Amino acid sequence: MSEAQGYQKPELVCPAGTPAALRAAVDAGADAVYCGLQNATNARNFPGLNFTPAELDQSLAYAHARNAKVLLAVNTFPPAGKFEMWGEAIDRAAKLGVDAVIVADMGVADYAARTHPNLRLHLSVQAGASSPEAIRYYCEEFGIKRVVLPRMLTVAEIAELHRQIPCEIEAFVFGNIGMMAEGRCSLTNYVTGLSTNMDGICSPAADVHYEEDAERNLTTRLGEYVIDRFACGESAGYTTICKGRYLCGAQTGGYYAFEEPVSLNLSALLPDLMRAGVTALKIEGRQRSRAYVKSVVSAFRKAVDDIMAGRDAAFASLLALTEGRRETEGAFPSKRWR
Amino acid sequence: MQSQTSEITLGPVLFNWNPENWRDFYFRIADEAPVETVYLGEVICFKRAPLFEPQFEAVASRLKAAGKTVVFSTLAEVMSKHERRLVESICAEPTALVEANDGSALLQLRGRPHHAGPYINVYNERTLAVLARGGTCNICLPPEMPAAAIGALCPEAAKLGVTLEVQVFGRLPLALSARCYHARAHGRTKDSCQFICENDPDGMPLRTLEDKPFLTVNGVQTMSHDYLNLIGELADLQAMGVSRFRLSPHSCDMVEVATIFRAVLDRGIDTAEAAARLDALKVGAPFSNGFYYGKAGHSWDRPRPH
Repeated sequence: MSEAQGYQKPELVCPAGTPAALRAAVDAGADAVYCGLQNATNARNFPGLNFTPAELDQSLAYAHARNAKVLLAVNTFPPAGKFEMWGEAIDRAAKLGVDAVIVADMGVADYAARTHPNLRLHLSVQAGASSPEAIRYYCEEFGIKRVVLPRMLTVAEIAELHRQIPCEIEAFVFGNIGMMAEGRCSLTNYVTGLSTNMDGICSPAADVHYEEDAERNLTTRLGEYVIDRFACGESAGYTTICKGRYLCGAQTGGYYAFEEPVSLNLSALLPDLMRAGVTALKIEGRQRSRAYVKSVVSAFRKAVDDIMAGRDAAFASLLALTEGRRETEGAFPSKRWR
Repeated sequence: MQSQTSEITLGPVLFNWNPENWRDFYFRIADEAPVETVYLGEVICFKRAPLFEPQFEAVASRLKAAGKTVVFSTLAEVMSKHERRLVESICAEPTALVEANDGSALLQLRGRPHHAGPYINVYNERTLAVLARGGTCNICLPPEMPAAAIGALCPEAAKLGVTLEVQVFGRLPLALSARCYHARAHGRTKDSCQFICENDPDGMPLRTLEDKPFLTVNGVQTMSHDYLNLIGELADLQAMGVSRFRLSPHSCDMVEVATIFRAVLDRGIDTAEAAARLDALKVGAPFSNGFYYGKAGHSWDRPRPH
């Protein structure tokens, strides 16, 4: 029996950038779907993404009718003088009956805890709480019920952490992997004037420019800085500063100073994560298409169910969906990644 | 709003300097620099902390003897047992004034007066109030805070008796990671780094593929290439109610930097003269002040004379 093997059945938490993606995720077997409003209150504030209040209301009805939860990400940091928009997002979440709000800013968490004491709070990865003490701080101050862990811990460290904190753990298992500690990166703002923390924007499309030369080499520029250059025929992914190529004295030619353009894929580690006491498995990708969401969610749904039933989980189809068709287990298997 | 006296503070040395140079740097600061508060401690990498341990007490004593307030800074990124132990050892000293740079330090300092460093995300009034009720008495704001938000935060800080501090000189801390990029550039990992970062007293330059200077690697930290310089904005910051102005140490003449900023605060010299003297330091990189104006951080509006 799976229970005897020490598995706890995890909740599958899936991304939705649009109402259509939300329905696709729910239909494909998501236990919970997370989404954001169409403004700076969430960390995927991209044009064409996210939900109007009416769409959120309808999506809640759709999800709840099918026994799925909806989590609202209000996970950016309001600058002084503009707190109201974040307060309104929290009020709306409470009024519409979302199942939990994902917060990062201490002020937003405090507002939610005091104004809506029955609203369930999850701590966003953007809060960057990576130690038992930091997590306990948020639990004690704001009654946080679940922490979304930064993508920098090994499975062994997660298991150890699980024993030392008073809340549930949600861990990323698939999708884009940022190299910088979430909530602690101003690189985009440094180059473009738009802040990841305050505006919810990373590598804004409007500031990305592609230039092709006579040999069909492609140069990618963010603002005035060249972020990468691809030889003709080389697969060019959407480039963020932390996955670009640069020059330094210790290297000959351009090298990936921070990380190569790879995606996180922990499918092979799922049984280990489930044994480590992870309550929820999170799939990244609110900016991805409905078809992508459907494929990834279906694959993970089947895998979790297979593992729970004592069968081997197969994941071959997922590789085609990873960024640049290259994947990594990131920090999770061992400390050597650091 | 200008109710308090303005102080120049010296942030922690963020780079892996030779321990003897590190000690001598602080001895000279103690003897010559017009700074009121000095932050001391390893913020970037727990592996570096033992290197400075033998000099630590002599440095702290010398600074205190010179009348400086010494504040002990904690690590910005805390995850492993070693990192947690380092933070714990600093917070465990009951009489020490500590600057927290992550949530684990906040937990351990709650209930007694302490500082919150620039690696704690304090962007708004409500977050400031949360920290104030836990004992935070001074907050060094994140460097990407624009003037409008700093101005909006000042009244709440004044009301709650929290002093606000803003970095005004030195490379901008832009990002942190679990991975060491110094080690990576040299084909090593954090565990096998052999302290390769010790060769770069102001960090390791990263250039774009067009050979344009861009970023600076400092272990797990990524910084700007250019040096933040808010010499032209000091008067505005004072008028808003900011009372502490942080210089982030570099290998250039920091006594001269402190002297220049002090002179402008005291209206001893005008900003044009101060800007010219800062140019004369030849720090090897351009200055920037874009974040202050809500623009791209690397941009630079040369101070207007006033």
